[in-house]
Amino acid sequence: MTALRDSWQVALRYIRALLRQPAWVGISLTQPVIWLLLFGALFKRTADIPGFSGSYIEFLTPGVVVMLAMSSAWIGMGFIEDIDRGTMDRLLVSPIWRGALNLGSVAQSVLSLVIQTLIVIGLSLAAGAHFHNGIAGVAVLIGAAGLLGAVFASLSNGIAVLARQRETLIGIVTMATLPLTFLSTALMQQSLLPGWIHWIAKFNPVNWAAEAGRSAIGPDADWGLITTRACFLALLLLASAAFATRAFNAYQRSV
Amino acid sequence: MKAIEASNLRKTYSGGVAALDGLSLAVEAGTIFGLLGPNGAGKSTTVRILTTLSRADSGLARVAGLDVVGDAERVRRTIGVVGQRHGLDPDSTGRENLEMQAEIYGVRGAARRERVEQLLDRFGLTEAGGRLAKTYSGGMQRRLDVALGLVHRPKVLFLDEPTTGLDPEARVELWREIQRLAREEEMTILLTTHYLEEADRLAARLAIVDRGRIVAEGTPDELKSELRGDTVQVELLESATGDANAALSGHSGISEVALDGRLLRARVDSGAAAIPSLISALENGGLRVVSATVARPSLEDVYLRHAGRSFQQADRDTKEVAA
Repeated sequence: MTALRDSWQVALRYIRALLRQPAWVGISLTQPVIWLLLFGALFKRTADIPGFSGSYIEFLTPGVVVMLAMSSAWIGMGFIEDIDRGTMDRLLVSPIWRGALNLGSVAQSVLSLVIQTLIVIGLSLAAGAHFHNGIAGVAVLIGAAGLLGAVFASLSNGIAVLARQRETLIGIVTMATLPLTFLSTALMQQSLLPGWIHWIAKFNPVNWAAEAGRSAIGPDADWGLITTRACFLALLLLASAAFATRAFNAYQRSV
Repeated sequence: MKAIEASNLRKTYSGGVAALDGLSLAVEAGTIFGLLGPNGAGKSTTVRILTTLSRADSGLARVAGLDVVGDAERVRRTIGVVGQRHGLDPDSTGRENLEMQAEIYGVRGAARRERVEQLLDRFGLTEAGGRLAKTYSGGMQRRLDVALGLVHRPKVLFLDEPTTGLDPEARVELWREIQRLAREEEMTILLTTHYLEEADRLAARLAIVDRGRIVAEGTPDELKSELRGDTVQVELLESATGDANAALSGHSGISEVALDGRLLRARVDSGAAAIPSLISALENGGLRVVSATVARPSLEDVYLRHAGRSFQQADRDTKEVAA
């Protein structure tokens, strides 16, 4: 109960801060539109490649959603700010549950992501996409994106607490996100991937989320695949949330 | 009863910087205790350990009878902390800052509303309560910081350099508030400062910290009366270390001669009587005297005596090490 209350207090603080920045709100709402239009235009011809099957917009939608989820990797910047100005120290000498510091920040990140995902889904529908399994399929897509976003947010927070330097976090996020996107089926169908990328993608959480989300809205959903991918993501989330919470111990030893 | 007890605290940061070198202290409940020392002396490290933020490499510390490591959770519910840096959230209003703090400490519902309004009123922030904290002046932000530390009515309050960066007016105002807290709320307050005047004015007892240890402890008056006589400060035309010591070596009734650039400080039994002979001794040694002043012992002198260097010199040394 305390854990929930504490997490809610932390989330409330971050959500309020974001809502007070109209520029941020505007950008977050526009970003999914731009991405969907841009990637849609750029990769449109992939549907013409022999071996590509199904509707292009239906294929692209989960890809863009997964890429939006990866933006959660920037959330640790907020932690670095909190550490720099002393807000984090104030929270760490209070009886607040340590896990709430990460979970509250993750909750804010996932909330933004869900709103962005709904925008992408709305646009896809308008562009003629058909979500084959109705609400259930869409819910799985949102869930998979949420899990992936929470994993990235937790890792980002943990790294932020350990590194305490913006440059380090920026470097790691920049270095990691593009390869993780390209080593997955986010933008390219599995049958068209080179063999070695296909193999690596099996271990890529971005691909787990893309596969699960795509299968859930596709014409013949593979619920076995969806369940295993969701479980992988959930386990990874547990591990990364534990990492982010543990990072505070290392921080407290070093101050 | 002791509200704070620490014995033989040691801490070395990675990189080999020894912050605490066997620091011990004891603070009587219901009093204001001052930790006085230059930057880098180990004051903030001590506060970080006592408030469970950091851990000592060795040594024991208890706050309100609770071990700061083994009973950290209960210590956190008992103490209020106002850190050296602002703890407030600049993107929330003053009221929201206090509300979140209250929730974290389990002050909810009607009790929260009442406490938040009470604190806003007490720290003169009622009108500004609905504004974002980042729009506050330095003094207002500091008052909000202190209010945040008081939300749950702590038994022991830690104030780490509370007035650093404040203008003189805001500083005096905060001093009054701190005195009022100790008097009316029967709170134990541990205050760190590198302002001698602040320690002198607020603390019932104080300890002088230098290089990670306590070098002197007592009431400000006790510490000052350990130094008999007066301080004489002489300004020379040119700096001249060896010459000055040589010139004064045969002079009786002068002790603790210290030179800092062109400033010479010395202790004498009676300042007014000593000045003429002191000046002639210096002039005979070929040193031109620009001015001479006599002062009653100050904490500055206490520090100089126990740390073996002037306060300003210690601050400069720290900055050079840091740079």
